[in-house]
Amino acid sequence: MGEKTMELYLHIPFCMKKCEYCDFLSFPANESTQQVYVEALLREIAYYGKKCKAYRVSTVYIGGGTPTWLGEELIVSVVEALYQAFSVDLDAEITIECNPGTVSERKLRAYRNVGINRLSIGLQSALDGELRLLGRVHTFDQFLQTYDLARRCGFENINVDLMSALPEQTAERFEQSLQQVLRLKPEHLSVYSLMIEKGTPFYDIYKFDVVKLQAGLRPVSLPSEDEEYRMMKLAERLLADAGYRQYEISNYARPGFACRHNIGYWERANYLGMGLGASSLMENIRYANISDMDRYIRESTKMREGIWQNEEDELPATNMHASAERLGRKAQIEEFMFLGLRLTDGITRERFARSFGVEIEAIYEDVLRKLEGDGLLAKRAGHIFLTERGRDLSNYALARFLF
Amino acid sequence: MAISQDRIRNFCIIAHIDHGKSTLADRIIESTGTLTSREMQAQVLDNMELERERGITIKSQAVRIIYKAKDGEEYIFNLIDTPGHVDFNYEVSRSLAACDGAILVVDAAQGVEAQTLANVYLALDHDLDVMPVINKIDLPSAQPDEVIREIEDVIGIEAQDAPRISAKTGLNIDQVLEQIVEKIPAPGGDPEAPLQALIFDALYDPYKGVIVFCRIKEGTVRVGDPVRMMATGAQSEVTEVGYFGAGQFLPCGELSAGMVGYLCAGIKNVADTRVGDTVTNADRPCAVPLPGYKKVNPMVYCGMYPADSARYPELRDALEKLQVNDASLHFEPETSLALGFGFRCGFLGLLHLEIIQERLEREFNLDLVTTAPGVIYKVHKTDGEVMELTNPSNLPDPSEIEYMEEPVVAAEIMVTSDYVGAIMTLCQERRGTYISMEYLEETRALIKYDLPLNEIIYDFFDALKSRSRGYASFDYELKGYVRSELVKLDILINREQVDALSFIVFKDSAYDRGRRMCERLKEEIPRHLFEIPIQAAVGGKIIARETVKAMRKDVLAKCYGGDITRKRKLLEKQKEGKKRMRQIGTVEIPQEAFMSVLKLDED
Repeated sequence: MGEKTMELYLHIPFCMKKCEYCDFLSFPANESTQQVYVEALLREIAYYGKKCKAYRVSTVYIGGGTPTWLGEELIVSVVEALYQAFSVDLDAEITIECNPGTVSERKLRAYRNVGINRLSIGLQSALDGELRLLGRVHTFDQFLQTYDLARRCGFENINVDLMSALPEQTAERFEQSLQQVLRLKPEHLSVYSLMIEKGTPFYDIYKFDVVKLQAGLRPVSLPSEDEEYRMMKLAERLLADAGYRQYEISNYARPGFACRHNIGYWERANYLGMGLGASSLMENIRYANISDMDRYIRESTKMREGIWQNEEDELPATNMHASAERLGRKAQIEEFMFLGLRLTDGITRERFARSFGVEIEAIYEDVLRKLEGDGLLAKRAGHIFLTERGRDLSNYALARFLF
Repeated sequence: MAISQDRIRNFCIIAHIDHGKSTLADRIIESTGTLTSREMQAQVLDNMELERERGITIKSQAVRIIYKAKDGEEYIFNLIDTPGHVDFNYEVSRSLAACDGAILVVDAAQGVEAQTLANVYLALDHDLDVMPVINKIDLPSAQPDEVIREIEDVIGIEAQDAPRISAKTGLNIDQVLEQIVEKIPAPGGDPEAPLQALIFDALYDPYKGVIVFCRIKEGTVRVGDPVRMMATGAQSEVTEVGYFGAGQFLPCGELSAGMVGYLCAGIKNVADTRVGDTVTNADRPCAVPLPGYKKVNPMVYCGMYPADSARYPELRDALEKLQVNDASLHFEPETSLALGFGFRCGFLGLLHLEIIQERLEREFNLDLVTTAPGVIYKVHKTDGEVMELTNPSNLPDPSEIEYMEEPVVAAEIMVTSDYVGAIMTLCQERRGTYISMEYLEETRALIKYDLPLNEIIYDFFDALKSRSRGYASFDYELKGYVRSELVKLDILINREQVDALSFIVFKDSAYDRGRRMCERLKEEIPRHLFEIPIQAAVGGKIIARETVKAMRKDVLAKCYGGDITRKRKLLEKQKEGKKRMRQIGTVEIPQEAFMSVLKLDED
């Protein structure tokens, strides 16, 4: 009998300094807070390990924040705890997020030794001026050192994050960043356009530009829509030429190096998020952990389940959860579509029918026909996927799959 | 029980808007103990929810009050409330005709305003004795002596002993009550004469049928009498007569000359009982009907469509229900290529339109798309036919039109001298014809203009208020039709004409209106997968153009484990926006866009 699989996400909500654009749950903290937090996380790991005996763990992702900012012994203790509590596959993909300038050879070797086999480096730009503007704590040189060090320590699967649509950025400058990084031949690249999120310092500075962009007017500092479009196309072309395949709206990989963990999110695999504010999807229930640090630490000492007394839940909500939502069939179908279609291979008819017991046309015939007619969607060999134009306008296309 | 006519006082309260008419009515009702304070809700006469919210009186109401005067006698006061807006001028005049006197409320701080004058003249036209009352004397800015002098100078009625009151606090209300007895004349009429009763309002009740509000001028009406409405010819047998408690109907045996009350006769349709009509006894009719009856006709028309086309039957039912109580609401089915099935609706004015629209949305829970309101144009065709045009889409081909006429109103604007220039400029801009100006006193002028109705139905009142810092007041009545150079402005979206966006406009304004309409629509229409030209055209000639650029990029770059709930909300919002769109060809247009023409003067 085949075991069920799941993915694990561990949130480390600490960083040296918050970047100007960042709206993640992350903040600076002293060593004792880090220590106390990791202890709480270990308790959560132990608790869920007992609950998830029926699952094999196929991937682990340690994200943040800047997990590599912490002492390596804390990270090592977390990963070792995972091995003890869960059945982690031997060939599991284990990623840690890293910021240039926060790692040493000792840290990197410790990560490798404990089985971490993928490094995701948040570079964002190869231009120091842009890095300063973003409020990053590192320079491009520091990135190069980190990258080099990682290779020397045996990391054979490295991702680099880059951002487009930065204030004052042009397609030419963006191309410089891309070219600099491509020379290093990382296995994987994530290329995002910057989102100006409420509550960030960037929002206060650029909110008028955001409004202008929405109204189709010319922004002052942010790139115009046409410029941003050029950057997106530039990345697609340069990366394709360099042998990377775009496998998701913002993700590119050399063959065999697509991020298994992230694909799980788009294919709606079970994933368990642990740590402050972490999200989970387990057996069609979406959970979110509480995001207040003091409460998280306090509640972790008395982990108990079933506080919503919901007997149907496979995995009862606990005192650590801020919310739990059981997805009905409609919501599952919607998610299947709007997440699955982010992948360039799209979804398969066969998997849709297997998951929901009905042919996709029975539900989405009109939508599919309309989007295909608009040139946003195509079908081939049992796959349904967005065309290049469909990816450019993915929000427009994906919104149609909501009921 | 026979009630002696000299113990009856039938009166109304007239005032400029906000001068405190309803509050005074409340105080009178309250101080005579008609309602206990528990039953007393602020402004009892305005009992429609909407009226109370807007602080205006839409439909007439009446209440009967027993007052024990200082002379030791008990008097019956019939207080008839009148609508307070120019849209309802005819209703006002019929309510006045049901009275023998009027209390004129003047704000001690604001003094005489345009509506004050208009209402006083109306009351004097009906031979009512006008009894002035100075209200709001508790305000720091109150100048009662000034205002009394003004009433005497400007209106020409004696005001020295006018009660100085605060309807809000109840100060000196007793003086008002005593003066009603002293100054308002008792009604006349012969109870033995043939029945002659004036209808001043009607209300539909699902159990009793139409309840007719009337003033008995001559004769007596009893249960079982056969009655006939003289104008409409409707005939029926009286099933109930009675008078008005506060908020309730109190049946009695008969109503005789001089009394105000109601009668029911199993009439199913309010249209049979028109305001102003005369009720008489079918077996023993009076010789002539009471003077002043006219059939009120709508002045403003617009298209009303259900936002969800499946709810068309519900909209029809709702309009029918409203019409039962509002004979001045007209509607007939129409079809728009853009909006589907709906109704062309006629209203007394823009306020009336807004009230109906709000009631449809609030009481019937309907989501509406309303097209730009317009007036009735007279189209003189080359074949001699004269067509009354209420829907711009029906305008015949220019080759078939000899000429067109548009309605014009006689407007009276009262304004302090500082703003005379600004107001005259406004009237000129709105194609007004100057008639006269007189200074009623040093600082205040009464300006008269003839204005095309279609220039004042949208935002004239707002413009007037803003250009006079709130000091101008305004009153108008329909004067007639004049020949005018008018054209139909069409809007093409993605090269397709959208019938629901067409409107009639003065020829010389067409270019400007067309350009602004295109600009406005460019803002309202979201970007699509393709470029959308928006054009304004007159007679097939494009006079303005804007373009909605095609959408190139609409991506949420990041979507990982913790982003999914947020991502869903974003897509839902996008989806929700679509639901409120109308599909015109391949273009989706937000429903608000159909009201764009109303907002052309906003910036």
